[in-house]
Amino acid sequence: MNFKHKYMFLLPGLLVLLGILIFPIGFTVRLSLSSWDSFFPGLDFIGLENYVRLFTDDARFWESFQRLSFLSITTVFLQYILGFSLALMVWKEIVFQRFFRVLFLIPMMTTPVIMTVIWKTVFHESLGPVNDFFSLFGMTPLWLSSEGLSKVTVIIVEVWQWTPFMFLLLLAGLLSLPKEPFLAASIDGAGPIRKFVYVTFPLMAPISIGAIIIRLIEASKIMDTVYVLTSGGPGTSSETSSFYIFIKGLREFQFGYSAALSLTYLIIMIISLTVIAKMLVKLMIRS
Amino acid sequence: MNKTIRISTMVVTASLLAATAQADKWSDQFPHIKNTGDVAGECSYESMSKKDYSGQKLTINTHAVPVIGEPTALHAQQFSKLTGAEVNVIHTPAGDLYSKAMIPFQAGQAPYDIVFGFSNFIRDWKQYLQPVPAKYVNMPQMQDVTQSHIDVNSWNGEMIQFPIDGDRHYLKYRKDVIDNPEYQAKYKAETGNELRIPRTWKEYAQMATFFNGWDWDNDGELEYGSAEVMKKDDLMFAAFFSRSVAYAKNPRVPGGYFFDLETMEPLINGPGFVEALTDWVEATKYVPPGGINFGLGDEINSFGGGQTLFSFSWDDAFVAAMQDDSPIKNKVGVAPLPGSDRVWNRSNNSWDMEYNQAPYIVWGWTAAVAKASKKQDMAFDYLCFFANDANHQADIAIGRFGVNPFKKSDFDADIYVERQGWDPVIANQYADTLMEMEEGSTNRVFPLRVPGVFQFNSAIATGTSKALAGQLSPQEALR
Repeated sequence: MNFKHKYMFLLPGLLVLLGILIFPIGFTVRLSLSSWDSFFPGLDFIGLENYVRLFTDDARFWESFQRLSFLSITTVFLQYILGFSLALMVWKEIVFQRFFRVLFLIPMMTTPVIMTVIWKTVFHESLGPVNDFFSLFGMTPLWLSSEGLSKVTVIIVEVWQWTPFMFLLLLAGLLSLPKEPFLAASIDGAGPIRKFVYVTFPLMAPISIGAIIIRLIEASKIMDTVYVLTSGGPGTSSETSSFYIFIKGLREFQFGYSAALSLTYLIIMIISLTVIAKMLVKLMIRS
Repeated sequence: MNKTIRISTMVVTASLLAATAQADKWSDQFPHIKNTGDVAGECSYESMSKKDYSGQKLTINTHAVPVIGEPTALHAQQFSKLTGAEVNVIHTPAGDLYSKAMIPFQAGQAPYDIVFGFSNFIRDWKQYLQPVPAKYVNMPQMQDVTQSHIDVNSWNGEMIQFPIDGDRHYLKYRKDVIDNPEYQAKYKAETGNELRIPRTWKEYAQMATFFNGWDWDNDGELEYGSAEVMKKDDLMFAAFFSRSVAYAKNPRVPGGYFFDLETMEPLINGPGFVEALTDWVEATKYVPPGGINFGLGDEINSFGGGQTLFSFSWDDAFVAAMQDDSPIKNKVGVAPLPGSDRVWNRSNNSWDMEYNQAPYIVWGWTAAVAKASKKQDMAFDYLCFFANDANHQADIAIGRFGVNPFKKSDFDADIYVERQGWDPVIANQYADTLMEMEEGSTNRVFPLRVPGVFQFNSAIATGTSKALAGQLSPQEALR
């Protein structure tokens, strides 16, 4: 009797788990084995055809994945450097400390799509204020329509939007550090740089790794910024994996194929992030 | 043919004006129709006021405000006031209109009674849509719709979508520049050619290049050659087809423009399309800075704001340029899309070395009633009311509404002179250009309506955008 009761108590949680996690993944797996599109809706069975197509005949997906790797690693690296710097600035008692703490968080609290529309206007090559400034020096950088600069623009917007998140996590980490190691370092005569290198940074390593991984997971899903700023262009030069999957699924209505893309992408991300987390632990903690 | 159309246009116009006198009570309540008042008809304000849909709810999925979304909401409000119906209008971005309706369609659900979308959705949507009942198809209001827009909204002779808008791509140009004797002399001296409305894309390119990057209207700002929709996934495929029709639509070769209708072989990698894409890649040199990333909104703002000499696409850029607040009102002109000095003949695999021009009757906005809707009568009444003569006349005068001419009575220049303050020469040029595209040409290209058309258009956008960005050659891009 008691045994059954235990399961009864577990049942609601189990059903929720099934509903929100296992069923969608299971359905996506099944969908990826079908040819569901606008003309033939339904779960027919075509075996691994979508996966064969992906691995043998879809260079665009792999190119978008390379681009995503570059964008996410670059943006998260910059966010970490800037976020840590800002957190260190307002960690100690400074004038208007509360004001600055709130100020640095504002970008994160704005709606990404709306802010990207504003950034797009700012970077508009012929009508935007940024090029008004550059034109004073006879330059007209093509922020959105050159292959290289369009990626730089995406990085700038992403760094602006999400550095505050990194700042928030790292500031929380700094505020939770014990005071004793710093006192000991001071007694030993360590200056600010030595204190940072030998005390602050090592103590912050576990929190840093957590923050970096969380941001990498988020950055790897980058979609709205690309969609609004460049639509993946010019050509496909700023197209990321998630944007490509979006095009295949909701623009071209190839549900079966986009499910195969999504699952492949998910598996690659799980493996990549596990490897990156282990590397970071080795680099930042064990060393 | 034209004479008949003009006579019928005059008759319809006269009936519109005649109706004005007795429409005061409706225009008082609904200022939107103050210029015409109510116009008698099956779906007029008077007729709708006699219907009682109290206690019933109509759900509509339409585009975002303002283009089409604003008139949808406005007419929903009016319809609700007249009939007592509750109308719930849901606004959706253009790119999501297809999937937002298609997903519930495929799942057998009917969250929307009416779905707005592009007319080329028809092949994928038609099995989920209720054909327009005969009483609407045969009413006088519908008889005023041009045949080409009846066709755009029909499948196998059956009207599936309700005509609410008419679209075609045509050339817009700065009349004050092209007609300027000083610039004509300067252009002649430097290029050896006449400065005139471009007859071919090569002339277009030469003029656009000449007028690129200097202040030719003396406003202290640099101007450029052309504003075009070049941004991937922002309707650029339609701009590419506009540039292709002259090279690839041969009036002597029947049997398909996008595909060979005998074999269903795609024709997109043929020499005509490749030539057009080669021209388009060249065009990246005479668009404003960042022009390669211009979507439709940028094109409208750029040409409508006086930044470029040329533009071509939907009516919006021209209407924006002719609005009262435009710095270039009555300084712009319209003409058919440029043609070409040669056209590809796939029957004998060679170029026919003669002038060719082909109008592109591009897809436009349309709306339809879901087959699974339980309120079809009310839904069709709403659509009929949306497009009634009084609403339509008011809607086409407001550029941001996105409602463009599709009725024979729309091609009367006097409407634009009297109600919108257009220069009579420009109004006549506009009406004549549109009329010629609707009824005059026998070499028109209509939008592709095959199953999975989005997949095709998406592939075109990806390929052509790679060519514009220099990632692929035109031939490789269309492979």
